[in-house]
Amino acid sequence: MAEIFELGIAGIRSGIASGDFTAKEVAETFIARVSAAKSLNAVLVETPDHALAAAEATDKAKAAGKTLGKMAGVPIGMKDLFCTEGVATTAGSLILEGFTPQYESTVSSNLFKAGAGMLGKLNMDQFAMGSSNETSAFGNVISPWRRNDGGNTDLAPGGSSGGSAAVVSGRICPAATGTDTGGSIRQPAAFVGITGFKPTYGRCSRWGTIAFASSLDQAGPMAHDVRDCAIMLESMAGFDPKDSTSLELPVPEWEAGLKSDLAGKRIGIPKEYRVDNMPPEIDALWQKGIEWLKDAGAKIVEVSLPHTKYALPAYYIIAPAEASSNLARYDGVRYGMRDLPDGAGLQDMYAATREAGFGPEVKRRIMIGTYVLSAGYYDAYYTQAQKVRTLISQDFDKAWESCDLLLTPTAPSAAFGLGEKSDDPLAMYLNDVFTVPSSLAGLPAISVPAGLDGQGLPLGLQIIGKALDEQSVFNAGLALEERAGFVAKPEQWW
Amino acid sequence: MSMTESTYRIQGGTGEWEVVIGLEVHAQITTNAKLFSGASTEFGAEPNTQVSLVDAAMPGMLPVLNKECVRQAVRTGLAINAQINKYSRFDRKNYFYADLPQGYQISQLYHPIVGEGKIEISLDEKDPDAHGKTIGVERIHIEQDAGKLMHDQHPTMSYVDLNRCGVALMEIVSMPDMTSPKEAAAYVRKLRSILRYVGSCDGNMEQGSMRADVNVSVRKPGGKLGTRTETKNVNSMRFIQQVIEYEAQRQVDVIESGGEIVQETRLFDPDKNETRSMRSKEDAHDYRYFPDPDLLPLELEDDYIFDCKASLPELPDEKRARYKNVLGLSAYNAAVLTAEHETAIWFEELLETTEEPEKIASSAANWLTSELFGALNRMGLSIEKSPVSPQQAAELLGLIADGTISGKIAKQVFEIMLETGDGAAKIVEEKGLKQESDTGAIEKVIADVMAANEDKVAQYRGGKDKLFGFFVGQTMKAMQGKANPQVVNELLKKTLGEAG
Repeated sequence: MAEIFELGIAGIRSGIASGDFTAKEVAETFIARVSAAKSLNAVLVETPDHALAAAEATDKAKAAGKTLGKMAGVPIGMKDLFCTEGVATTAGSLILEGFTPQYESTVSSNLFKAGAGMLGKLNMDQFAMGSSNETSAFGNVISPWRRNDGGNTDLAPGGSSGGSAAVVSGRICPAATGTDTGGSIRQPAAFVGITGFKPTYGRCSRWGTIAFASSLDQAGPMAHDVRDCAIMLESMAGFDPKDSTSLELPVPEWEAGLKSDLAGKRIGIPKEYRVDNMPPEIDALWQKGIEWLKDAGAKIVEVSLPHTKYALPAYYIIAPAEASSNLARYDGVRYGMRDLPDGAGLQDMYAATREAGFGPEVKRRIMIGTYVLSAGYYDAYYTQAQKVRTLISQDFDKAWESCDLLLTPTAPSAAFGLGEKSDDPLAMYLNDVFTVPSSLAGLPAISVPAGLDGQGLPLGLQIIGKALDEQSVFNAGLALEERAGFVAKPEQWW
Repeated sequence: MSMTESTYRIQGGTGEWEVVIGLEVHAQITTNAKLFSGASTEFGAEPNTQVSLVDAAMPGMLPVLNKECVRQAVRTGLAINAQINKYSRFDRKNYFYADLPQGYQISQLYHPIVGEGKIEISLDEKDPDAHGKTIGVERIHIEQDAGKLMHDQHPTMSYVDLNRCGVALMEIVSMPDMTSPKEAAAYVRKLRSILRYVGSCDGNMEQGSMRADVNVSVRKPGGKLGTRTETKNVNSMRFIQQVIEYEAQRQVDVIESGGEIVQETRLFDPDKNETRSMRSKEDAHDYRYFPDPDLLPLELEDDYIFDCKASLPELPDEKRARYKNVLGLSAYNAAVLTAEHETAIWFEELLETTEEPEKIASSAANWLTSELFGALNRMGLSIEKSPVSPQQAAELLGLIADGTISGKIAKQVFEIMLETGDGAAKIVEEKGLKQESDTGAIEKVIADVMAANEDKVAQYRGGKDKLFGFFVGQTMKAMQGKANPQVVNELLKKTLGEAG
């Protein structure tokens, strides 16, 4: 039998159900794993008491013969973007140092109601702005993965949900929450060989999740496999009257609907995603993915998403524009950091606080966002970007006339070494090239680990679906998962 | 419109100047909760006791639109015959200030909920129709109020009270259609009246429920529009007029001494009765407006708008016309009784006591505007607090109408009603104030009076007509004022004229 720490959500569920172990044993196992993984810098705040309390509740409920919640006995890692009642929440930024919310985000609250416990708050790119976790004010997360060259180069776990990616791939937490604005769940999942799912915009409430770009932010699960993601998303999602953009729809039973037979499904291959300088290994994996889906009964069609090349520029206007406004509240007046130099007035306090509290990438995006919304530039940038966003959505709508799902690589490269791209923001932004268009269109998408590159690092494939059709995305992901047979795990060196 | 004689002009060294005025009125929407949070809006609470997580802009908090505010804005728009925009949207107005925790105000710049409408104003209360003018309303949009800074609580720091933060406002933007302080005041008065009829704002300027940004420019009569200044947050009818007078004169002085008006924001200092520059256009904020991604566009259905319309009460203009044309009131009474909704409600409750209101409407209106208003004024009470109810007033008026008491006695009875709260009939009965109309009794007194004043009778009969009043007085005196004066008159005329 597998060790407890090797289990994911479904494994823990069946182990508890059959009495192989108690929820408390599970919690203790992972608490120890968290505690032993400090060198990865993936966990900002450890919350063993929370995990234990939830485990005890599960064990009690089981002993009393009660029906257990979907996440009963599963201790998870919580991205530090989710406000957690009584537990420090910083979004990876100094500006929120010392901030302890008096409220629980809807997503974390939903998970706790389903029986999950929390092992800790996970490191992340500051305010979810980054693709490598290097923008965290509390030091970068180190990926559990190493290249197979015998060296010990520290690799990026991807971002912004880098802490989540690291703990799940290192089997430090059985699952973790992530958030995805332009690829922040899918790219790190691909970098570390786990499964990450971004639902349709509006499926998960944004209430209590620290905002980066409101029209794009979506929470989602990061877990071992497709089934675990389906179980976890069922618990995270749901209508929330406190979020006006939340979808007023019932949550489907995605796990019960899992089916890897894709007969009758048409999979589109967008030709515009064959970008220049794509590593041949990724191209080859994409080809394999096509074969796997054919094997699962799907029909493959070539489709065109003609405005794809404008997605990244539009995203890097819209997201910073919203961020520049969303982050105005961090002003030193009510919570978090306050830098009040001697004799300073209000404006001086704002400037000093924000200068000291925000990291360079956050400042860069606030500057970009402020610029594109400025009088005289608004139409040229923001309005234009919104038009592009509409065109990109229309591209997808058009594609859905000839296919049901799209298959693409998740990221244009495998994980890179820490520091390798941090001096070049544009190169960093290119990481999102395959994930951003579906974010702009608000569509559900999954990244499934599908193979290793020549350096022994994981590569992911992405399935994008129609709005609200998470089920088909899960199913195609499952078909890939079954055929890819991805079992590689990082060797424990930490 | 016939206002040539009252046209407002500034006399400058280079001749006459005309003033052009536009008003942006901020009206607090009457609701229990704030525009995007459930926090209370009650006035006068301890600082920071009515602040939700949303109002304090805690991380991850999201706005949820209060539907009642939308309904009230739509009803207000319908009440001024405005275009209701079935699609509207909220925008963020970004700026940093300590009273604005989010760092942006949620407002509606690009797509306001209400488009163009109009308001009829009257420059002469006594004859509104002869001196009316139509003032255009450009738009009404919904937005959040900011908090309040208190600078007098600490020697070096300012304190922030967020109770007002997030309270719902309607910004009602007029066209630059007003040309005198008097017109501006009439516009605000009428707007306030409409808002109070609709119930969308209590119009309480002292509590800040209504305040105006006053836009003023001057030009040579009929000439090209001048550059305007905007004086912010003026919170009384009198101050609005003072701002206009001061600003117009100042602008004329600047221009005539070779200067130029700069587009700027100014503040009014009521103590010094002057406006001062707050910031010029060059220093103006770039608010970086953009659609709020936390809120969906607001889309209204025809049925919803229809229901809003159906929920409106009879509005002041319609009511005034009905009072005049159907109830037969004078133009003055109709105007006075409809200016405040509460007055009209009181008046109509009085009329409801009878099957044929038009029969008593005029006398009731006269009584209300003279006797009741006089008394309330003296006691410093509003009509809702009147110690005499409309039903009690109806009883009193009924006693006058059926001749039970005279108008003069009625005044006496009314005073007692105000003091004791007793009903009119009871007072008349107890105090024996009933009017004597019995001709036999009066004839007897007249006979006595004539017998006691034979010389005067002779003089009267000899042609000294003026003595008639003397006989009336003597008769009334003898009857302690309770005789029906009409009957006394008739009988005296008859008796004095008979013999001789």
